[in-house]
Amino acid sequence: MQFDQLLQYTLSGLATGAIYALIGIGFSIIYNSTGIINFAQGEFVMLGGMLTLFFLELLKLPLWAAIPCSVLASTLGGVLFERLAIRPLRQPTPINLVIITIGASILIRGLAMLLWGKDTHSLPPFSGDEPIAIGGATILPQHLWILGITVVVIVANKFFFYHTISGKAMRACAYNRRAAGLVGIDVRRMVLFSFIISSAMGSVAGIIVAPLTMTAYDVGIMLGLKGFCAAIIGGMSSGLATVVGGLILGVLESLGAGLISSGYKDAIAFIILLLILFIRPQGLFGKADTERV
Amino acid sequence: MGFRFIPVISVVLTLLVSGTVNAAGAIKIGALFAVTGPAAFLGEPERNTAQMVVDEINRAGGVRGHKLELIVYDTAGDATKAVQLATKLVKNDHVAAIIGPSTTGESMAVIPVVEKDQVPLISCAAGIKITDPVKKWVFKTAQNDSLAVARIYEQLQRQRLTRVALLTVSDGFGSSGREQLKAQAARHGITIVSDDTYGPKDTDMTAQLTKIRGSHVQAVICWGTNPGPAVIAKNARQLGLKIPIYMSHGVSSKKFIDLAGEAAEGIRLPSGKVLVADLLPNSDPQKRSLMAFVRDYQKHYRAEGDHFGGHAWDAVMLLKGAIERGADTPAAIRDQLERTRQFHGIGGTFTYSAHDHAGLGKDAFVLVEVKNRDWVIVK
Repeated sequence: MQFDQLLQYTLSGLATGAIYALIGIGFSIIYNSTGIINFAQGEFVMLGGMLTLFFLELLKLPLWAAIPCSVLASTLGGVLFERLAIRPLRQPTPINLVIITIGASILIRGLAMLLWGKDTHSLPPFSGDEPIAIGGATILPQHLWILGITVVVIVANKFFFYHTISGKAMRACAYNRRAAGLVGIDVRRMVLFSFIISSAMGSVAGIIVAPLTMTAYDVGIMLGLKGFCAAIIGGMSSGLATVVGGLILGVLESLGAGLISSGYKDAIAFIILLLILFIRPQGLFGKADTERV
Repeated sequence: MGFRFIPVISVVLTLLVSGTVNAAGAIKIGALFAVTGPAAFLGEPERNTAQMVVDEINRAGGVRGHKLELIVYDTAGDATKAVQLATKLVKNDHVAAIIGPSTTGESMAVIPVVEKDQVPLISCAAGIKITDPVKKWVFKTAQNDSLAVARIYEQLQRQRLTRVALLTVSDGFGSSGREQLKAQAARHGITIVSDDTYGPKDTDMTAQLTKIRGSHVQAVICWGTNPGPAVIAKNARQLGLKIPIYMSHGVSSKKFIDLAGEAAEGIRLPSGKVLVADLLPNSDPQKRSLMAFVRDYQKHYRAEGDHFGGHAWDAVMLLKGAIERGADTPAAIRDQLERTRQFHGIGGTFTYSAHDHAGLGKDAFVLVEVKNRDWVIVK
C-alpha cells in the first residue's frame, strides 16, 4: 500500500467527516435542549443546498448573496417547524416528538420535491475547481472551504455556549430543565433557540457540500443518518467529541472503501453506530452518565 | 324467474366483459410508469411521451377509425404496486395491451400477470432477462445492456486497451451492467483488473478512484445513473486521473454534462441515437422518427426528449403498427407485434420474431464523447 494512496483516503475522509460533524452537532444541540432526536435535521441540510440553488437560478442573486439568504430561509423553516409542530404539543413525550420530527422530514422532503422537482442539481464551487496537490494526494479548494467553515462554525458555537448568557442558559436547560425553569430561564425560548442554531448549521453544511456532492430533494436522508451516527459516536455532546466522531466516521468510511471494499462503505457507518449504542451508549469519549430524572 | 335465464345472463355478461373493443370504439391501452419515486427520471418522460403520441394519433383520426385510450397508472417504482395495477388494468379496465413498467424489477414482477391473462406487454425497461428467454406475451423497447457493453468493448479493442477497471453502482442497473461487462470481457480480449462498486447515494468516490489509479489500468468503465457518475467524473478530475473514462448509456442526457461541468470533457459513452439526432447523417434510417420525436417533445413539454421517453414512443408506435395491420384484440395485437419488421423507432430499428422480443441490433447505440459541453459522435 502506497503512502500517497493512504494520504488520499485520509484527506477525502476528513473532508467528508467535517460535514458529518456539522450535521451531528445540529443533532446534539437539539437533543441537549429538548431531549429529542430531530430526524428532520437532514432535511435542513437539503434545504440549504436547494434554497441556494433557488436564489441563484430563479432570483439571479450572486453566490455570496444567495448563501446568506438560503441560511436565513432554512433557519426560518426551523423556526416554523418548532412553532407549528413542536411547541403546540401539550404533554410531549420523547417518542411523540421523535415521530413528529420524522413526519416533518417526510413533509419537507415532499414539499421540496413538488417545488423543485426530482432532479439532481449542482452548485458552482466557491473558488474554482483546480485540484491542489498535497504530497501525492489531491484535494479541491472546496474541501478547504468545508474544513475552514466547519472550524469557524464550531469555534463560534463554543463561544456562544460558554461565553454568552443565552448559551449558558441553554446549557443550563440541558443539565436540568426544571431547575433552569426555576431560576427564571425561559425554557421554551431556549428550545426555539436550539432549533434556530441547528437548522442554520444544517443548512450551512448543505451549502458547502453541494458543489462537491451535488444536491437533490432527497440528499437529506443519508447525510442526516451519517450526522446522527457522528453525534452518537460523540455521545451527543455539542462540542469537540461530536466533531471527532464525525471525522473518525469519515476517515473510516474512506479507508474501508479504499482498502477493503467500497460495497461496505455505508455498512461501516451503521456497524459503528450499532457497536457504540450496544457497548458505549455514552459515546466514545463520554463518562458513564447517571440516569437523569 | 327460474334458472333458464342464467345461460342468457351469462352470455350477456360475457359479451359485456370481453368487449375490449366495440366496433370503431376506442382501443384501450394501459400504461404502468414509475412517475414518482426513485425511478421517476424514467417514468416521467415515458408518461409524457406516451400521452403526447396517443393524443397526436387521436387528433389525426386514430388508427383505422379506432381512437386510442391511454390509461396511465403510477407504480412509484414499486414492484408490488406494479403487479396490483397490472391486474387492475387487465381485470377492471380490460385493456388490449400494456406499455411499461419503467424498471426491470417491476417488469419481471408483472410478467406472470400478463402471461396468465394473455395481454401483450411492451416493457420500457432495459434488463436483458425481460425477454431472454422469450415469453409469449412480453416485448420490450429499451436497448439491452449487452449491446452497450459490446459497443464500449469494441472501441477499446480498436484502441488496443486491454486492462480495465470497473466501477459500478450497487443497484439493479449497475449489477446488470457489471454482469455483462464481466461476461463479455474475455470475448473482446479484455482483462478486468479491478472491480469496485459504489452506493447509489454516495457522494464521494475518491477512495475507489485512488485504488483504481494505483492499479495501473488503461481505462475505467463506470456503470450508473445520475448523480453518481457525475461525482465520479469530478473526483477523477480532482485526482488527475489521465486514463480514458467510459460511462454507460444510463447518463446519456444533457443533465450529466450540467452536473459534471468541466469534469465531463472527454468522457465517452454509448448512447441511443436520440441524444445526437441532429448530428446523424440524413441517410440514417432513424433520423426521421428521431427528429419528429425531439421536435414534438420540445413543443409539448419545453424540455429535451431523452431516450427514456423514446422507449415509450417506440412502444406506442409499435402498438399503432400492430393495430394498423388489422389487430384489435390482445391476441391479434400480440401476433402482429411479433411480425414487426424494420420499424425505425427512437431506440433503434426493431425487427421482432418468435425468437427475439427485444428486436434491436448493435446499431442501436452510437459512441459519443463530451466536447465543449456537448456531445459529438466518436467515429
